[in-house]
Amino acid sequence: MQTQPHSRLRRLSLGALLLMLAGVSHAIDPTPPLADAALQARYEAITHELRCMQCQNQSIADSQVGLAADLRREVRTLLVEGKSDADIRDHMVARYGDFILFRPRMNARTAWLWLAPFVLLAIGAVVAVRVLRKRAQLVDADAQVIDRFDGTDDT
Amino acid sequence: MIPELGHFALILALLLSGLQAVFGIAGASLARERWMATVQPAVAGQFVMLAAAMGTLIAAFVTHDFSVKYVAENSNTALPLFYRIAALWGAHEGSLLLWIFILSVWTVAVALASGGLPRPFVARVLGVLGFVSFGFLLFTLATSNPFARLVPAAPDGRDLNPLLQDFALALHPPLLYTGYVGFAIAFAFACAAMLEGRVDQSWARWARPWTASAWAFLTIGISLGSWWAYYELGWGGFWFWDPVENASFMPWLVGAALLHSLAVTDKRGLFKSWTLLLAILAFSLSLLGTFLVRSGVLVSVHSFAADPARGIFILGFLITVIGGALALYAWRAPALGSQAGFELGARESFLLFNNILLVIAAAVVFGGTMAPLVSDALGLGTLSVGPPYFEPTFLLPMLPLLALLAVGIHANWKRGRLGASRRRWLGAGVLALVLAIAVSFGFYGSPGWLTLTGFALGIWILLSSLVEPINRLRRGLMLPRAVLGMTVAHAGLAVFVIGVTAVQSYSQERDVGLKPGEAVTLDRYEFRFGGVQPVEGPNYDGVRGQVTVTRDGHALVELTPEKRRYWVQRQVMTEASIDAGVRRDLFAALGEDLGANTWSIRVQVRPLIRFVWLGAYLMALGGFLAATDRRYRTARARVAEDTRAGAPTQTEVAASQA
Amino acid sequence: MNRFLLPLGLFALLVVLLAVGLRRAPEKGVIESPLIGKPAPQFTLPDLFDGTRRVQSGDFAGRWHLFNVWGTWCAECRAEHETLLAIQKGGVVPVVGLNWKDDDAQALAWLAQLGNPYAAVAADRDGRVAVDWGVYGAPESFLIAPDGRVVRKQVGALTREIWERDFLPLVTRAAPGG
Repeated sequence: MQTQPHSRLRRLSLGALLLMLAGVSHAIDPTPPLADAALQARYEAITHELRCMQCQNQSIADSQVGLAADLRREVRTLLVEGKSDADIRDHMVARYGDFILFRPRMNARTAWLWLAPFVLLAIGAVVAVRVLRKRAQLVDADAQVIDRFDGTDDT
Repeated sequence: MIPELGHFALILALLLSGLQAVFGIAGASLARERWMATVQPAVAGQFVMLAAAMGTLIAAFVTHDFSVKYVAENSNTALPLFYRIAALWGAHEGSLLLWIFILSVWTVAVALASGGLPRPFVARVLGVLGFVSFGFLLFTLATSNPFARLVPAAPDGRDLNPLLQDFALALHPPLLYTGYVGFAIAFAFACAAMLEGRVDQSWARWARPWTASAWAFLTIGISLGSWWAYYELGWGGFWFWDPVENASFMPWLVGAALLHSLAVTDKRGLFKSWTLLLAILAFSLSLLGTFLVRSGVLVSVHSFAADPARGIFILGFLITVIGGALALYAWRAPALGSQAGFELGARESFLLFNNILLVIAAAVVFGGTMAPLVSDALGLGTLSVGPPYFEPTFLLPMLPLLALLAVGIHANWKRGRLGASRRRWLGAGVLALVLAIAVSFGFYGSPGWLTLTGFALGIWILLSSLVEPINRLRRGLMLPRAVLGMTVAHAGLAVFVIGVTAVQSYSQERDVGLKPGEAVTLDRYEFRFGGVQPVEGPNYDGVRGQVTVTRDGHALVELTPEKRRYWVQRQVMTEASIDAGVRRDLFAALGEDLGANTWSIRVQVRPLIRFVWLGAYLMALGGFLAATDRRYRTARARVAEDTRAGAPTQTEVAASQA
Repeated sequence: MNRFLLPLGLFALLVVLLAVGLRRAPEKGVIESPLIGKPAPQFTLPDLFDGTRRVQSGDFAGRWHLFNVWGTWCAECRAEHETLLAIQKGGVVPVVGLNWKDDDAQALAWLAQLGNPYAAVAADRDGRVAVDWGVYGAPESFLIAPDGRVVRKQVGALTREIWERDFLPLVTRAAPGG
């Protein structure tokens, strides 16, 4: 698949890099800020949450490829037309699918992802309580004597 | 001819690693002294062979041997010497060789330092390491031979990816791999203990220094990558929650949990099965990272060229190594128990919280990283998971973890009501909150609640971690390396938290189109664009912009962001120009020529961003300090003595040392 | 069952997941279009051959047609061109081109040199229509049914094999001889 002129972002086969971060070069969005500061803030927030489809792991705010610029323009147009953030996301999803959202939408298909951290915390809490109960019962029978200042403990 | 010698050395290394695995594991379980005696020479021989292979490949790079395919693809006659050497790990095949070589170095270190340990145990440890090495060597030789020839030889090479032509990034992979691979040692100790069937706390004590140093290396590796991303990718962030970054972050989190869990197992004989599991997990996540990066299952621009054949091989290897270890665990762990007890508020309880929360944090990162894969595999559609998911969900376990750390530092082992140390932790907490408010309003202004929380937690941990060492010093007591290391690492975490808070809360950036002479103002800084001039490097040309920064009318610094065009790969790179400072970084990057003498320019002011990496380096330093504590060496010698005498069990020994 | 088997069980699940992921890895980078089964986006654009005339989405309503996104800057489009010419020659469906963010003169020269497979070419100079179609890399091809719905999408060069396997049967099955 070929991408835009002057912005061919090939799939990098960069060895060794576990921490190779997004993209070849950075984007500088030279469009003048929107007159309304609140609108500009929303613009910046939304463009950071939309994935640049060509470069796959950059937001359209951070990508300099042509398509990212087109999508930024689309966002600006929709903002100026008075569309809400949700409208704009829907607009993009209707064209590019859920893949374009860096923040997965909460729905039946993604609920597990958003609930997982809370479920994990709940499991963690149950485990902690059980271990603590068990160990608290054993503490009087435990003969090991520990001196904090003998230089061998801690850490 | 020389490259073939390198290939041959790899084959010999494969054979030796096979010997090491078989004789180490079988020799120990059949109690064959002579089998076990071959293990150490096999380790040494394998090291020599791998060093020869590395040397051969480096020689091919240095001498521009473009008849070697890997060299032709990753080097060029115009490439400076330093990067020609670094190009060795610039792509899949060479980086795999580096991975194996580093494993060999770790193995040699274990072999050398294990003089005092029981012989069958050492044989098993080296056997397990040999098995891991065997798998990776087989993988290299079967699918990814770095010595493959190119016929006919290329007249010149395709050059190293310009992104990699950078000092920090040249050092990043070796350090990162040293960390990753270092977890193999704890893994091997755990497996050896399980194979032996005597899973008491002695293995935990032996594994501690190795784990601490591996974790410290990983910390440096990750932070180098982050630092590089900050100045090289050119938009001023330091962490993007990319799958490839996450692949290195998960073992780091689990490794941190392991460090703390090992302490409890070593000290109190508690959490034995849990510690085993963490040792397995930390290394498994390292292996999983290797799989994710090299198989193409996840979408990332950073991954190696996708090759399902390689993916299948690694998957098979994962099943053998991780599946085997976990099966061993399911077999041995049920027999482990401890009668030790502790109260809520004792040090053990805080380390329990630490472990639970760190593992949850790792699980959250894991879930988010794997979510696109899960969703796709279950037919729930394609989706993306990026920073807007990771940032809030990661804080969920992290904020309580930080708060509990600030309190838990003051706790005693076994018994310890919070009341006893209340004066310390509460005092530090109140002071931290006051300082946090003062700092936010004094320097930056109008903090959100998250900003205040971040500052307060960071300062609280910093103050808390210093109380104990200061007390000890005032009483004229020694500060053992392990305690010093812990203090430095915790202080590093505090510095990191403060840095991240400031950067996330108070960074400012602006993208503008400027003509020469025009300026943009950010915070109190004025960035004036002075135009561009042509520049030429050894293998690129480009333009250099000039941006003069003044504050309140005083000239501060001249920034010279560049835009380079690398000749061979025809890639345009942005070199941001940064004025680093303790209090803030000033950042300018050059974008496109917009025509009519106008250039797009990105300017940023990032407060305390240096704290992010400073904190990471302090954490690493803490790890190294703890690893070099004398206690680990003397303990080892003592255990060896006792084992020879055949008298007490190791549990008793460890207990008596306490 | 002992709880120490739990990690092994979870790992087994992970292995299954990775295996499925691996099997699907070659398809990665191709993102399923949400347009499939939905009405094709409407557009009105200048005709590449005559800037005073318009090409509209309604022009081919009621007929099967292939909507192809291309540009002269796109190397794979050149590779695909052969297939498009063959499709045109086959006469089963007309091909409608969307010339994406291109230079008119270059695009005309390209067609003059390589042959013109298109029944009509709309010039999307600023890329707005491409965004409506969810285009993220040329070439992309959409098969449009007579009722105006998008039936199939190909990202990347269309080959004769892909055309005959994935596209043509949809048309012939729906309208024998069509």
